[in-house]
Amino acid sequence: MTDKVRPFWVMVQKEISEHVRNWRFIILVALILLTTVGSIYTVLSIIRDNAAQISSNTTFLYLKMFTKSNNNLPPFITLISFLGPLLGIALGFDAVNAERNKGTLSRVISQPIPRDHFINSKFVGALTVIFILVFSLGLLVLGLGILYIGVPPALGEFLRIIIFLIFTCIYIAFWLNLGITFSIVFRQSATSALSALAIWLFFTVFYSMLVNVITGVSSSVNLSLILSRISPNYLFDELTTVLLTPSIRSLGALSFEQIYGAIPSTLPLGQSLLLAWPHITALLAATMICFGISYVLFMKQEIRG
Amino acid sequence: MPVSMIEIEELVKDYGKVRAVDHLNFKINEGEIYGLLGPNGAGKTTAILTMLGLSEPTEGTVRVKGYNSTSEPLKVKRITGYLPDDVGFSDNRTGLECLVYTAMLNGIPRSKAVKSARKLLVTVGLEKAQDKKTGTYSKGMIQRLGLADVLIKDPEIVILDEPTIGIDPRGIIEFLDLIRDLSKDKGITVLLSSHLLHQVQKICDRVGILVNGKLLAEGNINELADKLFKDKEAIIKARVSNITGELINKLLQEENINDVKRDGDLLIIEGKKEVTPLIAETVINYDGKLHRLSYEEYGLDEIYQYYFEGGDGND
Repeated sequence: MTDKVRPFWVMVQKEISEHVRNWRFIILVALILLTTVGSIYTVLSIIRDNAAQISSNTTFLYLKMFTKSNNNLPPFITLISFLGPLLGIALGFDAVNAERNKGTLSRVISQPIPRDHFINSKFVGALTVIFILVFSLGLLVLGLGILYIGVPPALGEFLRIIIFLIFTCIYIAFWLNLGITFSIVFRQSATSALSALAIWLFFTVFYSMLVNVITGVSSSVNLSLILSRISPNYLFDELTTVLLTPSIRSLGALSFEQIYGAIPSTLPLGQSLLLAWPHITALLAATMICFGISYVLFMKQEIRG
Repeated sequence: MPVSMIEIEELVKDYGKVRAVDHLNFKINEGEIYGLLGPNGAGKTTAILTMLGLSEPTEGTVRVKGYNSTSEPLKVKRITGYLPDDVGFSDNRTGLECLVYTAMLNGIPRSKAVKSARKLLVTVGLEKAQDKKTGTYSKGMIQRLGLADVLIKDPEIVILDEPTIGIDPRGIIEFLDLIRDLSKDKGITVLLSSHLLHQVQKICDRVGILVNGKLLAEGNINELADKLFKDKEAIIKARVSNITGELINKLLQEENINDVKRDGDLLIIEGKKEVTPLIAETVINYDGKLHRLSYEEYGLDEIYQYYFEGGDGND
C-alpha cells in the first residue's frame, strides 16, 4: 500500500494546487503575462518594420525577441529579471509562518513523514510552478515569433533560449529560497514579505549606487565588477546577456593585446557558456546555499516558540 | 498487568534557560483515557511534542508502544494521532479534502481515503459540511474535523491538546462524549491535556496534575480527593422546617460534628462527610421535616486550587 502513495509527492501536489489557486499568484502571472505580451509585441513590430534589412541566418532574430525593444517597454530579459524575484518572493514568503499561524504545521508534521518533507515539498512545489510558468512563457514567446516571423529558430538559438529559461528558473528559485528562509525566521508573514522585498529592492536599486560610491573613490573597474557581482541581479543580468547576445566576447575590460587579431564574429554556444560559467556556478551556489540555510533553520526550529 | 502505551521517564526539556518540563515520569495504560491537567504554561504541550518526536528532550526518554519517540519518530507517528491545541486547516479546502490529504500522508490510497473520510465525517457530525470550505467552519466544527483528522489514520493512541478550547459548553459535552465513546469502542488510548478540570473529569479514567513541569499528583479523581481531603471537613446543609434547640444540641453532641449554625430554616453543619445519614436520622427523630440535605464535596475545583496554590506557594 505504501508503495502506491508517496506522501512526499502528495505534499508537492498540494503545494502546487495551493499556489495555482492563490490570488496572489494569479495576479502576478497576469502582470507578467501582460508585460511579456506588450514587450514582445513591440519587438515584433520593430522586426516587421525592418524586415528588409534582416537576413535570417546571422542575426539571431529569436534572441533579439528576448533582448531588444524600443524605449516604450523594457525587453523580456529585463522584465523577467525584475518581475522574477517578485514571483519567487511571492511564492515563498509565507511558506512556513503562514502554516504555523494557521495551525496546519504541527498537524502535518505529526503525520508519519520525515520532518524535512515539509520544507522540501515547499521548495519542490514552488519550483515546479516556477518552471512551468517560465517555460510556458518562454515557449509562448518563441511560438509567437514563429507565427509572426515565419522562420524557424536555429538549433543554437533554441538551445540558448532553453538554457536562458533554465537559469531564469534558478534565479527565481534563489528569491524563492530567500522568501522561505525569511518565512522561517519571522513569525509574521508581513514581516517576512517586507524583509525579502527590502533585500530585492536593495539589490535592484541601491546596490549599484553603493558600488558607484565605493569605486568612485578608488576608480578601479575590476573592483567595481567584483562588488557588482555580489548582487544576484547583476549576476543574472550578465549571465542572460551573454547567453542571449552571442556577439558579447567578454564581461570585463579587454586590453588591446586581447582584442588584437580577434575576428569580429559571434561566439558559439559552448564559448558563451564558458564565458558565463562563473556566473552559472555562482548563481547555482547562491540558490543552494539559501535553501541549505532555510533547511537547517527549519529542522532546528522548535515547533512551538 | 496492564500494558503501558506511553512511558515517560525522567523527561527534562529546557527552552534556553527556562525549564519547561522537569523530571517528568508517568505511564499511560492501553485503552485508558488519561487527563494531563495543569495551568497554562505548565509544560503540557511540551511533554506532548516530545512524545511525538516533534521536539527533542534535553534529558530522559519517552516511549510510545515501546518505540523511542526521539529516535523512531516515524513509527510513533504512524500509530499516534495528534490534535494540536491551535489546530487549523487550509481555508480554501473542503473538510473532505483535508481528511483525504491527511490519509494520503499516511499512505492510504485516495479511493480508500475518501471512503473512510466520509464515514468519519458522519461520526463527528460534519456530513452536511463535508463539501464546504473549512474557512467557513466554526471553531467547534474545526475541532470536530480535527478529531476526524486524528482518527483517519486508525490510530492506537490519540493525543488531544486542549481539545475543548474555544467550543461552547454544549459542544464541549458532545465532543468529550464522542471521544469517550470512540475510546471505549475501539480500545484507543487517549491522552487529553486541559486546563479546565470540570470538563475532562467526566471522561478521564486517570488524571495527572502538571504544574511547572512537574507531576504533582496522579490517580483517578476520587483517589485524589480522598488523598487530599480525607481529614478535612465537609459542609452539610440541611433545610428543615421546625428546627428546635434540642435538635441543634443533639447534633452538636455527635463526635463527628464540629459546629452547627442556623440560618432561617437552614442548618449549616461542619463535620466529617460520613455523618450525613446520621443528620437525616436525627432530624427525623426530633420531628423535623427534612426538605433537602446537601453535601458539598471537595471536587476538582478544590483539588485544582490546592495543587496550583501549592505549586505556586511552596517553590
